Amino acid sequence: MTAVAESLRLNLTPPVRYVLRWADACLIHAQRLSEWCGHGPVLEEDIALTNMALDLIGQARGLLTLAGQLEGQRFDEDQLAFLREEGDFLNPTLVELPMRRSSAHSPGGDFADTVVRNLLLATWLKQAWQRMASSSDAELAAIAAKALKEARYHQQHAADWVIRLGDGTDESHARMERALARAWPYTAELFAGDTVDEAAAAAGLGPSRAALRDDWLREIDAVLAGATLARPADTPFVSTGTQGVHSEHMGFILAEMQSLQRRYPGGTW
Amino acid sequence: MVGTATETDRAWAVLRQVPDPEVPVLSVCDLGIVRAVHVRGRGVDVVLTPTYSGCPATEVIAQSVHDALAAAGFGPVTLTTRRAPAWTTDWISDEGRRKLRDYGIAPPSGQAAVHDGAVPIRIQVRGVDCPRCGSPDTERLSAFGSTACKALYRCLACREPFEFFKPI
Repeated sequence: MTAVAESLRLNLTPPVRYVLRWADACLIHAQRLSEWCGHGPVLEEDIALTNMALDLIGQARGLLTLAGQLEGQRFDEDQLAFLREEGDFLNPTLVELPMRRSSAHSPGGDFADTVVRNLLLATWLKQAWQRMASSSDAELAAIAAKALKEARYHQQHAADWVIRLGDGTDESHARMERALARAWPYTAELFAGDTVDEAAAAAGLGPSRAALRDDWLREIDAVLAGATLARPADTPFVSTGTQGVHSEHMGFILAEMQSLQRRYPGGTW
Repeated sequence: MVGTATETDRAWAVLRQVPDPEVPVLSVCDLGIVRAVHVRGRGVDVVLTPTYSGCPATEVIAQSVHDALAAAGFGPVTLTTRRAPAWTTDWISDEGRRKLRDYGIAPPSGQAAVHDGAVPIRIQVRGVDCPRCGSPDTERLSAFGSTACKALYRCLACREPFEFFKPI
């Protein structure tokens, strides 16, 4: 007979949802970056991608712990990472899309997708941490102030690559163009507004995503100009991961990430 | 009962012998991650701050601090993690910087790069002198190194590669 861990039943109030969104953005982005471990195009980049994943997991741990405290049932970071159902994960869809591995709707495997995504997300997170560092919640402010230093470095590293490959050979330029076109429709969600964001902004917990857009776009435009890449046109599509409605890829991530704790509840090593 | 100055000094002396697991030449005090020590009777409370959010050494450090104080006769030993203010390499002691250099790691300047990052171009860190020959003629090989806190450099004078403790 095999034990199977029960999923958590959470009381997802607006502040809990708000913190989980940032926690899950870091956690799932890190999970995707970790797929590069041992597969980086060069050793230095293998180390860079996994180092960035490690920073992001550290940020996610702090945020998940905080979300557990705000939720009220004292679930810890591990329970929240490993025992939540897909619909209770609130990361933007962009972070869950295949990056290194191929899938039916995404070619995957092109390093261009990774450097584009890293730039878009590191810039977004940096903007968020900058504002969250003055959160009304002292713990959230402390996590953000620390994460800000890390996100700056990630952004610089990603910008280096985007410029090198965008302003590189015809082949690398064309690949970067395609990777940017693939990612861009999913950036609308990074700035979508809703009542969770409005409540967080009104309470001083943290910024609404919409408030990040102008500064984000200014920094992205500066890098794209240096990379001789044109910014793709916006589309009407808005993905819905932050509402708990995910792409078909999310279940596979969770199956891999959660399998051990689901199969061996409470297992440690 | 509040601990005597002597007992507090003794606790700090114990902590100065606890090495960082990743850079064992540095003690946790050299690194600047011990933020406060409060001795109460035989018990001691230690406030630690993490270096990087995801530093895998954090738990090992906490265990080492606990074990060293317990072995020195303190008890109970309680550890508190405090994130704010965020750790900066400016807190690495002068002694710590000297030890890093002697160990072959270029220390951070002591003036953590403060920049608004509005234009995310690469920050060219200046003043990274080769810890072996002292030449300022060095170049970065890799933005990330063997641990979260380091980058990989090369000296163009003596041709030796070396690690650089990134200023944050």
